[in-house]
Amino acid sequence: MSEVKKIATRDSYGNALVELGKEHENLLVLDADLAAATKTGVFKKEFPERHIDCGIAEANMTGIAAGLSTTGFVPFVSTFAMFAAGRSFEQVRNSIGYPHLNVKIGATHAGISVGEDGASHQCNEDIALMRSIPGMVVINPSDDVEAKAAVKAAYEHEGPVYLRFGRLAVPVINDNADYKFEIGKGVELRDGKDCTIIATGLCVSEALEAAEKLAADGIDAQVINIHTIKPLDEELVIAAAKKTGRIFTVEEHSIIGGLGAAVSECLSENCPTKVTRIGMNDVFGESGPAKELLHKYKLDADGIYERVSAEMK
Amino acid sequence: MDKLELQKTAVEVRKGIVEGVHAAKAGHPGGSLSAADIFTYLYFEEMNIDPKNPKDPDRDRFVLSKGHTAPGLYSALAHRGYFPVEDLLTLRHTGSYLQGHPDMKHIPGVDMSSGSLGQGLSAACGMALGAKQSKKDFRVYALCGDGEIQEGQIWEAAMFAGFRKLDNLCVIVDNNNLQIDGPIDEVCSPYPIDKKFEAFNFHVINIDGNDFDQIKAAFDEAKATKGMPTAIIAHTVKGKGVSFMENNVGWHGKAPNDEEFAVAMEDLRKAGEALCQK
Repeated sequence: MSEVKKIATRDSYGNALVELGKEHENLLVLDADLAAATKTGVFKKEFPERHIDCGIAEANMTGIAAGLSTTGFVPFVSTFAMFAAGRSFEQVRNSIGYPHLNVKIGATHAGISVGEDGASHQCNEDIALMRSIPGMVVINPSDDVEAKAAVKAAYEHEGPVYLRFGRLAVPVINDNADYKFEIGKGVELRDGKDCTIIATGLCVSEALEAAEKLAADGIDAQVINIHTIKPLDEELVIAAAKKTGRIFTVEEHSIIGGLGAAVSECLSENCPTKVTRIGMNDVFGESGPAKELLHKYKLDADGIYERVSAEMK
Repeated sequence: MDKLELQKTAVEVRKGIVEGVHAAKAGHPGGSLSAADIFTYLYFEEMNIDPKNPKDPDRDRFVLSKGHTAPGLYSALAHRGYFPVEDLLTLRHTGSYLQGHPDMKHIPGVDMSSGSLGQGLSAACGMALGAKQSKKDFRVYALCGDGEIQEGQIWEAAMFAGFRKLDNLCVIVDNNNLQIDGPIDEVCSPYPIDKKFEAFNFHVINIDGNDFDQIKAAFDEAKATKGMPTAIIAHTVKGKGVSFMENNVGWHGKAPNDEEFAVAMEDLRKAGEALCQK
């Protein structure tokens, strides 16, 4: 897929904020000394008076966003997923989630595709943490088109939203004219009858590629993109389970608490179906180039293909 | 309101604290009573607020960063007319809107949910910044505990407020010198509190936080201070106004039984009576 255009969703985040900032004067962007990395630097350049650098103090930044939102602003809190969801978990829970304040959390550098920085910065637990907070919307877009649409939808949504972005440039797969983003609505990207691969984030394009390889072996896999992990599109997940009777979930996140857990919870209550969770198997990541890590931890097309092939035998 | 009226009102606020905590059979009377004069001054004199319009975008804001002293805040709000005083008796009861810690979604007049120590001051900074960003002139008040300031986030917030010159922000530290495990300087001393805030670029005022003359002078000075936030270090007596609770760490988070309740209410009745004879 080397000829395909690739963009990191963190870039999409910064670019989308600039576009939205032109339309909405009450949009503020907060950073914790990482504007260059979260890609909000473009917003800072365009709207310096609406960019607030809080220094390396994520807990305080989260509380400042809460306070700002009570005065009519819509703050986008930007930092790495590790700090946004991890370090500031309790601030998000108590200062934003409990009072259901209109704060958006733009978490970049999620998952092992952070790459060389290694396990300390590779957050594979953020979806689990954020999903457990009542009223929190959790979105993990798959590409540039979806990420930009998600930022806009998050602004328009009244209440807290957690947006998960990646550092690695990923293929643009949603640049078609009839693409529509709706919070809580999954998207069937490939029809299939033998099994369903439900993927999120950068694993969506990998799942599509894996499905083509499976097709060559005679396995007809349906592929669903779940960009919103909470609220989960239960209708679509249940329909897929009824249709193919075999579910695989794929995410650049721990198999505990993320997409795989959400899908399993939904199906065990509504339509018991065998679910195989492909993700980080309750381990920390490590340093290395992102592509190599995705391959090593079997989250790329090859890894997904191997696992589904083995299970479908 | 003159000083005598404030003093009389503070007695009523204290009665509401004792009644609420007694009815709840739980809660935090000590720190509510130490700060009762500050609650009273803020809600009856200092802040630009209207109980009939609690969400007015131009109102002054108050954040109870030491959220466990909600009984004090609720009593002041009730006596100021935000909700019926008799509702204080539903404090902490299942189904009551008067939650154990401040809940902005359900309690009229509560500007920020709080209770997890260390978080309120950040929200107050956000509100003060919001006023600056939207060029409004409302002021923001945050009440912190002297034990609470052991939380690191308080100093992240203080650094931000000092750096951003949030002169519309006034932090009050209720320095009653006691936290759950004992005197604050025996547990993990935050002293010198005043010098710490000075170092974070605050204008600092030390007062007797149970003396309305000093409280008034401090808030007036805070309002007149431009270019930097103000921290008022209010030296107070934990449990103030209830004889057996004063300076007794055991009353940090415990409700009086029926006999103790009777003694406490009698203390406050006498205090009120003495003021009426002035």
